Amino acid sequence: MRFAYPGGATVIDIAALTIERGERVFLYGPSGSGKTTLLGLVAGVLRPPSGTLHVLGHDVGALSSPARDRLRATHIGYIFQMFNLIPYLNVRDNIALPVRIASERRDRLNGSLATAVADAATHLGIEGLLDEEVTRLSVGQQQRVAAARALLGSPELIIADEPTSALDTDRRIAFLELLFRSVEDAGSTLLFVSHDLGLADEFDRSLSLSDLNRAGG
Amino acid sequence: MLLLHLARRSLTNRLLTTSLTALSIAFSVALLVGVENVRTGMRESFSNTVSGTDLIVGSRGGTIQLLLYSVFGMGSPIANISYETWKKWDEHPAVSWTIPYALGDSHRGFRVIGTNETFYERYRYRGGQPISLAEGRPASGVFDVVLGAEVATRLGYTLGEQIAVTHGMSAVGFMNHDEMPFEVVGILERTFTPVDRAVYVTLEGVTAMHMGWESGAPPMPGEEVHADDVLAMEEVHVSQITSFFLGAESRALTLQIQREISTSEEEPMTAVIPGVALSEMWRGISYAEDGLRVISGFVVLVGILGMLVSIYTSLEARRREMAILRALGAGPRRIVSLLVLEAGLLSAMGAALGVGLVYAGLFVLQPWLEGRFGLLVPIRMLDGVQLAFVGAVIVLGFAAGLVPAVKAYRTALHDGLSVRV
Repeated sequence: MRFAYPGGATVIDIAALTIERGERVFLYGPSGSGKTTLLGLVAGVLRPPSGTLHVLGHDVGALSSPARDRLRATHIGYIFQMFNLIPYLNVRDNIALPVRIASERRDRLNGSLATAVADAATHLGIEGLLDEEVTRLSVGQQQRVAAARALLGSPELIIADEPTSALDTDRRIAFLELLFRSVEDAGSTLLFVSHDLGLADEFDRSLSLSDLNRAGG
Repeated sequence: MLLLHLARRSLTNRLLTTSLTALSIAFSVALLVGVENVRTGMRESFSNTVSGTDLIVGSRGGTIQLLLYSVFGMGSPIANISYETWKKWDEHPAVSWTIPYALGDSHRGFRVIGTNETFYERYRYRGGQPISLAEGRPASGVFDVVLGAEVATRLGYTLGEQIAVTHGMSAVGFMNHDEMPFEVVGILERTFTPVDRAVYVTLEGVTAMHMGWESGAPPMPGEEVHADDVLAMEEVHVSQITSFFLGAESRALTLQIQREISTSEEEPMTAVIPGVALSEMWRGISYAEDGLRVISGFVVLVGILGMLVSIYTSLEARRREMAILRALGAGPRRIVSLLVLEAGLLSAMGAALGVGLVYAGLFVLQPWLEGRFGLLVPIRMLDGVQLAFVGAVIVLGFAAGLVPAVKAYRTALHDGLSVRV
């Protein structure tokens, strides 16, 4: 699988990589290793690479852009490094956003959207913050809101792009435990990217993107 | 629904920018709509300068020229009509009344109009309002003069003042009829029409002041005719007038009288229906108004452009937001729609605010405009043209949103989930 941005050099060149359903994979990716690009490809945001890429049984290369958007909206939860939240929506609206963007995601909810949002918030211990403005939350709280949003409706795949790097060490572990528990309850696959090798031991499998990616610098 | 919700929240989140942008659109829309209101008001004020008159009659010439010198006090007549001809029409069975006008002299730049008592009884303006005297009485004696409201205010004259009349329209009176002073006997109520800017004497008064001037030049020293000489005369013989206003016995007779006057063998004359001539004239001068319209159109464009710039510049700060929406499954089209919707909402708010400003402004300024300029700008529902303008502004707003939206679309496609700075 190869990928290059239009007019740029190849950023991703991976011979083969398989992640099983339900796996919790730690992907070690120092900056410049092409991790954000890889995640963009898996999430179907970037145009498909040459070679083959299957996500949750779908051949991403065969999907149109709207179909990839739908796949992402319905089956993938995404957590950024930081600034995960829409600043002008409150916590509740931020968590509910994926469902409001893609109606398919609603079908995955047990019960109403309001209950699902409350459940997700409770799971991550932020049920008291639902009506807060997101700009008033601490970074740790913001990341938990982001996780609650990613887990809403239990999507099959959770992609986390260095979600803990903005947190201090003890909060990092706490967040990770919370995330693991939620992912386990939801039965989701977790693809966790970080350059913090200290976290690798917590995962089922640990991979290094710099080893996998032949295009990496 | 989601997009509308997002667009609204996003706009309220940037409240200051949003309100400033909406305000600038509001002002431009207010200008556009307000110009239309003033235009309507002007047209109506204009066509109501004189009312209740069926025909205005003068010596043969252009209808607009006749209207200009008779109603607006501008320009001068080419020829006069004889007193006898006017009298004939005054006594015509189909004619109810006539107001004679004898023009040609001035007092310190204001026109002197020789007329008779019918003027005070029959002259109507703006929807049939009669003129009335604020002070004193109508001019009846040879040397009586009644002042229009503007003349009285500007020159500070009061009843009993003695004034001299100038031959011709020069403000500098080097050819004054000094030998015959007139006395102010009345001052008219303000009408906000050209009536305010003239002084009124009797037909005899105009004749008297020209005695000794028959050649057109001032009398030779020693040959002046003095006021006392005139008063000593048994009768002042009026031989000419300039034009006359005519009221028919019934409206239906107007066209018949007009035809009869135009084809009259005795003297070449032109008769115009004021309403028709006024709207003809309005068409002639409304080009200026079109210019005003074009300018306010450009102001709106500038307002929209300002919005475009403000949304465009906000995009950089919102790349993060776009990436989040993308990650949550929003397609690039959603991003485009969101920005277009924001622009549309902004311009719609601006347009609504602008219309509100116009009504508020009219409400406050209407009395002042009427008092100061005699311009009655009516407060009524937006007319078709104005609604079309407001609609066009909103559509334009949506269209302008496409520019930042396309930029965001490209950024979203390229950035993916990262935000490269």
